[in-house]
Amino acid sequence: MSARAAPTSGYNFAYLDEQTKRMIRRALLKAVAIPGYQVPFASREMPMPYGWGTGGVQVTAAILGEGDVLKVIDQGSDDTTNAVSIRKFFEKTAGVATTTHTAEATIIQTRHRIPETPLREGQTIVYQVPIPEPLRFLEPRETETRTMHALEEYGLMHVKLYEDIARHGHIATSYAYPVKVAGRYMMDPSPTPKFDNPKMNRSPTLQLFGAGREKRVYAVPPYTDVVSLDFEDHPFDPDPPAEPCALCGARGVYLDEIVLDDSGGRMFACSDTDFCESNRAKAGNS
Amino acid sequence: MIRIENVSKAFTMHLRGGARIAALEHVTLAVKAGECVVLRGPSGAGKSSLLKMLYGAYRCEAGRLIVRDRTDYVDVATASTRRILALRRTVLAYVSQFLRVIPRVAALDIVAEAARGEGAWAEDARRRAEAMLERVNLPARLWPLPPATFSGGEQQRVNIARGFVDWRPILLLDEPTASLDAVNRAAVVDLIRDKKRSGAAILGVFHDEDVRDAVADRFVDVAPVA
Amino acid sequence: MSDEAPLLIAEGLTKAYGSRLALENVSFSLYEGEALAVVGESGSGKTTLLNLLSGIVAPTAGKVAYRMRDLRTRDLQDLTEAERRFLMRTDWGFVRQDAREGLRMAVSAGANVGERLMGVGERSYGRIRNVALEWLDRVEIDRDRIDDAPTSFSGGMRQRLQLARNLVTSPRLVFLDEPTGGLDVSVQARLLDLLRALVADLGVAIVIVTHDLAVARLLSHRILVMRRGEVVETGLTDQVLDDPQDAYTQLLVSSVLQA
Repeated sequence: MSARAAPTSGYNFAYLDEQTKRMIRRALLKAVAIPGYQVPFASREMPMPYGWGTGGVQVTAAILGEGDVLKVIDQGSDDTTNAVSIRKFFEKTAGVATTTHTAEATIIQTRHRIPETPLREGQTIVYQVPIPEPLRFLEPRETETRTMHALEEYGLMHVKLYEDIARHGHIATSYAYPVKVAGRYMMDPSPTPKFDNPKMNRSPTLQLFGAGREKRVYAVPPYTDVVSLDFEDHPFDPDPPAEPCALCGARGVYLDEIVLDDSGGRMFACSDTDFCESNRAKAGNS
Repeated sequence: MIRIENVSKAFTMHLRGGARIAALEHVTLAVKAGECVVLRGPSGAGKSSLLKMLYGAYRCEAGRLIVRDRTDYVDVATASTRRILALRRTVLAYVSQFLRVIPRVAALDIVAEAARGEGAWAEDARRRAEAMLERVNLPARLWPLPPATFSGGEQQRVNIARGFVDWRPILLLDEPTASLDAVNRAAVVDLIRDKKRSGAAILGVFHDEDVRDAVADRFVDVAPVA
Repeated sequence: MSDEAPLLIAEGLTKAYGSRLALENVSFSLYEGEALAVVGESGSGKTTLLNLLSGIVAPTAGKVAYRMRDLRTRDLQDLTEAERRFLMRTDWGFVRQDAREGLRMAVSAGANVGERLMGVGERSYGRIRNVALEWLDRVEIDRDRIDDAPTSFSGGMRQRLQLARNLVTSPRLVFLDEPTGGLDVSVQARLLDLLRALVADLGVAIVIVTHDLAVARLLSHRILVMRRGEVVETGLTDQVLDDPQDAYTQLLVSSVLQA
């Protein structure tokens, strides 16, 4: 964990000006009031290109306060390029304390994974979202998808799932698996693996989603129903890995495949680096 | 069952500069249940037109064409489209000398469809269709074939089977034996007599004198319009 | 004869595009199980009429009313968009001249047929697939094409798939816009036969727009003859075609070639 420090001068706290933060917060309030509904917002130019988490960064910047402790992960890891860049960005522009420990964080910005450590009330998780519209690949017209959400016409998504089963024998979607929020809006949970979907259901945490290029935010308030779409006779299967983590031995957690050498050697280890380290530390201590 | 009152019919040929061709003038006649009335007269006298008007296939602008539908009396000349369609389903049958051929539908199915009537079982309809095709002497090997390739006589027998297989209290027959040989003409005469016995009112046009004489209870002469 | 109310009522339907009157004062009532053909040449307004009847386009004057399943007759323009779209997906069908507009070309035949079911809450994959297979049988598409996308289908097959897709929710009213347009004659015959049988079996009411009088005669009980936006003649199909009263109808009828 790195402590609070003075932010680099010349920037407003967390980079964005206060008016922008206000605008984003208003959008977030609306999003929280209508769980799963995509709220348009005036996405600003950020000092990173689209596709690198500008949406998530704007949401975090809008809600960040001096007393917050920020964790940033990318594919479960705190030390990939992205995670490091974004964490340093906020250290520089906001001077907030940062951490790699899930339990210590008040705000967690994530790309494509939900931490294994269960999240608590009072924490906020901010997801980076590339394409917020779950129906986009089935229906390219924005006018049409907006109408479908407004009229709750989601038959098309089941068509997609049907196609999967017809083609592959099972629902082939393995990440960004569509969910229904609070029994009303269909939502894209961001490209997290479907394994993580159950964590979103009735989570004690506030879940916020930001898509910078597409200029949308959406939200799932704490303790909201988030149900993965399926068929009665092909129920949703989070598909947990069969093996334990090679490093810490944990079971039923999402694993990364790590290539060890050029002769096909590989191992499977926790995707959530903090979780894995904590387990190993605990094992070491006991 | 049928009461034709003062019916006249003229065709206006707009493509011929509005030329008006009168087909019928002031025809009045009646047909009772169980009776077969035969229209007589030279070609072009309007006999077919009268039958078609009763069926609603031709427009009638002058006079009344009254048919009895159980306890109702309906004037086909002024009845709504819907009413006439209902009459065709339960009261009126029309058999002409031509089978309008629909591609792909087997002879048996054509007749079975007509036998379905009001909510009959499909199996039952098929059996009745087969029985009727036998009565008109259509060889069984032709039953599963669409009639497009049949001879004129064979097509006509399918036509007759279709018109006679289901019960209608009123039968309108327009030269039904036109392309039939003696044997088959006799079969049709038999069918007509059966219908008479069952109480149907029949109004018909028959070119063939034998058939005419065999079935007619009464003749009505229709004179051509001068 | 039952005294049921009509299924679809058009009253004084008029549609103007600027100063051009595409349709003027069309009225009729359609009952359950009735087949109505709307014939006319290009520019007669028949497609405009179809669009007005199906609520796709709003009339300039007049109204269209439909008797819903709850037996209330509602003016189409009074329906919310949600209600109208729901109607389009369940109680109505619309078979388009170009199958590509009426199908999802990138999705399998089975999904095309099953989509309406999924749209009304059917959640069993097995049941959906079985219903799709039954319908493929009924429209004479080989069962093992169920997982193929219609991009690989012939024109006639696509039209038959469109039929299945529209009929799967047992609609009470189906609109057809020149369904045999552009198809080869033998293919047309098959489609028409299928249509005829399905209409008879399902008791569905249809409004079919066609320029082909033979199609009208084969499929419809009643006919509307249109010219330049107006109905010039209407009545029983065989009566209008066998004993046309209006000059234009007579012209149309006499123009048809006999094979």
